[in-house]
Amino acid sequence: MTQTNPAVARGRKPKKMSPARYGLYGLLVISATFFLTPLYVMIVTSLKPLEEVRLGRLFSLPADITFDAWIKAWSTACTGVTCAGISPGFVNSVQITVVSVLISVLLGAVNGYALSFWRYRGANVLFGILVMGAFVPFQAVIYPLIVFQREIGIFGSLAGIVMVHCIFGMPIITLIFRNYFSSLPEELFKAARIDGAGFWQIFLRIMMPMAVPITAVAVILQTTGIWNDYLLGLVFGGRDNQPMTVQLNNIVTTSYGVREYNVNMAATILTAAVPLVIYFLSGRFFVQGIAAGAVKG
Amino acid sequence: MKRKTRMWSNLSAKIASVPMLVTAIGVFVLCVVYSIALSFTRSRYFPKFDFIGFDQYVRLWTTDRWTVSVSNLLIFGLLFVGFCLLLGFLLAVMLDRNIRMEGVFRTTFLYPYALSFVVTGLIWQWMMDPALGIQNVVRNMGWESFSFAPLTSTTYAIYGVVIAAVWQGTGLIMCLMLAGLRGVDREIWKAARVDGIPLWRTYIFIIIPMIRPVIVTSVVLLSISVVRVYDLVVAQTGGGPGIATEVPAKFVIDHFTERGNVAIAMAAATMMLLPVLLLVGPWVYNEYVRRVRA
Repeated sequence: MTQTNPAVARGRKPKKMSPARYGLYGLLVISATFFLTPLYVMIVTSLKPLEEVRLGRLFSLPADITFDAWIKAWSTACTGVTCAGISPGFVNSVQITVVSVLISVLLGAVNGYALSFWRYRGANVLFGILVMGAFVPFQAVIYPLIVFQREIGIFGSLAGIVMVHCIFGMPIITLIFRNYFSSLPEELFKAARIDGAGFWQIFLRIMMPMAVPITAVAVILQTTGIWNDYLLGLVFGGRDNQPMTVQLNNIVTTSYGVREYNVNMAATILTAAVPLVIYFLSGRFFVQGIAAGAVKG
Repeated sequence: MKRKTRMWSNLSAKIASVPMLVTAIGVFVLCVVYSIALSFTRSRYFPKFDFIGFDQYVRLWTTDRWTVSVSNLLIFGLLFVGFCLLLGFLLAVMLDRNIRMEGVFRTTFLYPYALSFVVTGLIWQWMMDPALGIQNVVRNMGWESFSFAPLTSTTYAIYGVVIAAVWQGTGLIMCLMLAGLRGVDREIWKAARVDGIPLWRTYIFIIIPMIRPVIVTSVVLLSISVVRVYDLVVAQTGGGPGIATEVPAKFVIDHFTERGNVAIAMAAATMMLLPVLLLVGPWVYNEYVRRVRA
């Protein structure tokens, strides 16, 4: 995360620590505390036994660390009817995410390439509509999609939810690839054309090898986006393809008798783990994805 | 003859663009039109095209839950956009003052943005728990009358949702603003220093006008996520207590699923679509379509 922006800071270089500098660091530390506290609370709560949680010492470290809550959250907590923990949701989320990311990034790359180099008539209008699509509230589109998927019989299946993720991911991924390919020199494309290469040859042999970094950005953006989705998973996942976020919410809202806060927190961490790991490992790409794909909101 | 070869020459490109065509026209035009059309009907669980004019809209605007949802959205939207811009800008300015460990601070401010809204909602529900959360900790420290349990109050619950949303969204704005600040010409700073303009005045009267495009982008992005807010509310409050934190997005989903009233749900969805089209339409045209032609 240190290489986010190549430009240097513009502030004046201080000679020594003035009171203002101390104030500045003080404010930064206070802000950092505000951002880190919830994560800290979530982790310590998940490591406490329930009796200790009930003491209400939110910020205290666990007296005796136990991973029972984690084990329960993973394998035996109840999500509505079944009590198999959040692990089935994890498997579903992995399936949904892997397939959707592969297809949607590939589609977006082809779209961006076609829009940049093969400007057929109406391409701009098409692209304009697609970008508008990034802003259309899901609620205005979801119901017709349900009707359509019921008609062709894929509602509630893996194919159904993958299709929906590909649709809603297409505007932003297309935008990213189009901006990238448009920045490449046109001569590159023309030279390949003169050598007799066709649409797919140029795409596979010349464009994609050059687009590896931007593909990484797109993959990271889509992976976190799809993993974190709740609404589409809830509506289109049906009974068998509920993603982890939906099961997490079910675990927390389904409580017979005592609410097991430590189990809830463990399940929450497990759900957040994948995007967090991606975030911490990918740093620069993640931030680039935000800059390019902030449209996704 | 010439036209014919041209049509064939990029045939592959056209075939490859079929998924894009289907998505753009089929989903973002036809599905939207279909939704709007259903809002003028009497559809309950299934679509039925018996047009009844604007009845559903009249019903919608006389439904308490909808008017509460809309006013919640306005309160939430104003506070969320305002605080994210303010905090995001201040954090970006602080990070831009040549500080040590900039990367660490930036990573810290941005990580909530990588989380799911469901996760954010649950964490803050837990932090705001009246018996076990922050309120209890402060009371145990001796401040007996301290009160911080917004989610139990019909008046304050929406502010609890705002806090969680600001926690998650500020990092994004900080990131965009920081990129904007780094794009400001170095000479500007030198000139301001030579003229002896105080630092805060330089920021307010020179830098902010210069990074206006970034601010506009931030406002658009934040506004879009305001209209979309759904998962956060579902996870943090479930719309409660009562209907105190209901939002339009949840109104739509609840009405076409469990409540089986597709028509009114689509009327509500159309109402959500209107401001987005009015706000974003010109912006998209400016940013993307026009630039492509230039």
